[in-house]
Amino acid sequence: MQDAVTSSSYPQGTGSYERSAGFEAEREDSSMMYRVGQAAMVLSGAALVALVARSRWSGSHPDDREAFETAETAAEAEATPSIHTALTIDKPAAELYAFWRRLENLPRFMKNLIEVTELGDGRSHWVGKSALGLKAQWDAEIVEEREGRFLSWRSLPGSMISNAGTVSFEDSPNGRGTIVRVTMDVGTGLGKVASKLGGANQQEVREDLRRFKELMETGEVATTDGQPHGTRSLIGHLHNPI
Amino acid sequence: MRANCWNGIGDMRVETVPDPEILNPRDAIVKITSTAICGSDLHLYDGYVPTMKKGDILGHEFMGEVVDVGRGVNNLKVGDRVVVPFTISCGSCFYCKKELFSLCDNSNPNAWIAEKMMGHSPAGIFGYSHMTGGYAGGQAEYARVPFADVGPLKIPEGLEDEKVLFLSDIFPTGYMAAENCQIQPGDTVAIWGCGPVAQFAIQSAWMLGAGRVIAIDRFPERLELARSWGRAETINYEEVDSVLDTLRDMTGGMGPDSCLDAVGMEAHGTTIDAKVDKMKQTARLTFDRAHVLREAILACRKGGTVSLAGVYAGFVDKVPMGAAMNKGLTFKMGQTHMQKYMRPLLERVERGEIDPSRVITHRLALDDAPWGYKTFRDKEDRCIKVVLKPDGNGGFRQHGHLGHSHSHSGNGGNGHTH
Repeated sequence: MQDAVTSSSYPQGTGSYERSAGFEAEREDSSMMYRVGQAAMVLSGAALVALVARSRWSGSHPDDREAFETAETAAEAEATPSIHTALTIDKPAAELYAFWRRLENLPRFMKNLIEVTELGDGRSHWVGKSALGLKAQWDAEIVEEREGRFLSWRSLPGSMISNAGTVSFEDSPNGRGTIVRVTMDVGTGLGKVASKLGGANQQEVREDLRRFKELMETGEVATTDGQPHGTRSLIGHLHNPI
Repeated sequence: MRANCWNGIGDMRVETVPDPEILNPRDAIVKITSTAICGSDLHLYDGYVPTMKKGDILGHEFMGEVVDVGRGVNNLKVGDRVVVPFTISCGSCFYCKKELFSLCDNSNPNAWIAEKMMGHSPAGIFGYSHMTGGYAGGQAEYARVPFADVGPLKIPEGLEDEKVLFLSDIFPTGYMAAENCQIQPGDTVAIWGCGPVAQFAIQSAWMLGAGRVIAIDRFPERLELARSWGRAETINYEEVDSVLDTLRDMTGGMGPDSCLDAVGMEAHGTTIDAKVDKMKQTARLTFDRAHVLREAILACRKGGTVSLAGVYAGFVDKVPMGAAMNKGLTFKMGQTHMQKYMRPLLERVERGEIDPSRVITHRLALDDAPWGYKTFRDKEDRCIKVVLKPDGNGGFRQHGHLGHSHSHSGNGGNGHTH
């Protein structure tokens, strides 16, 4: 069963090589990337929740859906992540894992999550922000967990939203802490729109991981939200965008 | 509160804005008693730094009194008098632990922008565009200081503001630039630029054992300060045929052991391909400033060191890497690792080894900031360094220590629009 899941069997065939190419394109046109980044912010509800997710009702090919649902192991998830990113965090793996595994903590660094409630038996209820300020709710389950090292999850069948992701914690080989790798799947439907934004989702996931690093290393997430400023204007916003 | 806000190119306005609040546990709020305009602020003023927004509060050289602390700050209390470093550092990441504070991993909420431009993000900086965090700056009555348990330096009673204010940036920046020169006892150090950072680099070069300091600029008052306060030999580059030939002659053909670029081109080098065209439009400026780096490389003796204090933010055209490589030069550079230098330099001030207030030429009320920017940028009125007093005590324009007492009106209003 595990071997049946290949890159091409994933919705829209978004393999990691295509994603990499998209990332290169961003780097070559940072100006565009800035606009894409802004678009990503506008669509922030989408990034980790709605857009990353694959709509259950979006008419994806049944075979694809079946394959998607059978992605149950680390090997499978790592073979075909739509999004992946990594940062080194200067804390022990066990400490980082423990914080992440307590799913109620996730909204503290995942910008588009409002609340996660653990229901027992590895199941949980998630409330997130979606596009246009709408709320999205879904249930998820832990697919695999290896204490202190690895966690994977996916939404439960029948949820309004579906998504799947993994996080792994490896000791940095030079004693610099822990390399934390996150992968998430981009599905069809809204997820496909997101993928066309040229890495916007990748960026949002990376920013969530960066906030996790900040929180674990410093006890807080760097912010300027709520600080004073003088009179803003559209012109000011548009001045000299990167 | 009142705050000096960027409103576009050449358009500063002192506006009334909300007071800052504690946003994170390790924040403090400082009531500002003295704040300065930095040469690097002029690049924001001139519109060369991307990611500015209308309404941004500027200023990254400030000090004052702690009026509020977050629950995570245990080393400061209300009433403490502090100097705030211009870089914001968490104190606990890989870089901060190595005392590379300006490379802090955790203080830039907009790290992704810098990451796109430079591969990785440096630390957050007060009042210096959104790619370095978009933090509200200190040309204001109050400022929020993140990671206040790591950055601010407590100042003992008895030291007036003007003697310690420049521990916020330019004294440590000049010092680190001189340290980056890897000076051996008796070495000759050549310094391009005689602005405030260069003046502190000159002072620091002597502290670090230089045998000879040569300073290069074109403004008479700055060259004069380099000679009188800095005991440097000077070259007015507008009055010599060739700076390279002059330096070669002065050093008996060898060239200076270390060459320090205190000019930089920080504002012009937007690091992105999309802005290359814009850079080319401003080619005269870009050329001018790249010229300093190029000249420093060509002037430096074989096996010598080039230290960059002026900030480069982007691509630099036509750098003679062939000369740098074949002459075996060492390059040292970086934003200042402030927290590493502030305390030892404060101790030098306390011991009376240096009076940093010597660079001040103008003391203004905060409301006069727009006039101060223009005067400083245009090098009018023999301007070298502007200090702003938010409490109104600087509500007059007066020259400092340059030996002439010509002063402007004493009413401190906005009447001057030179």
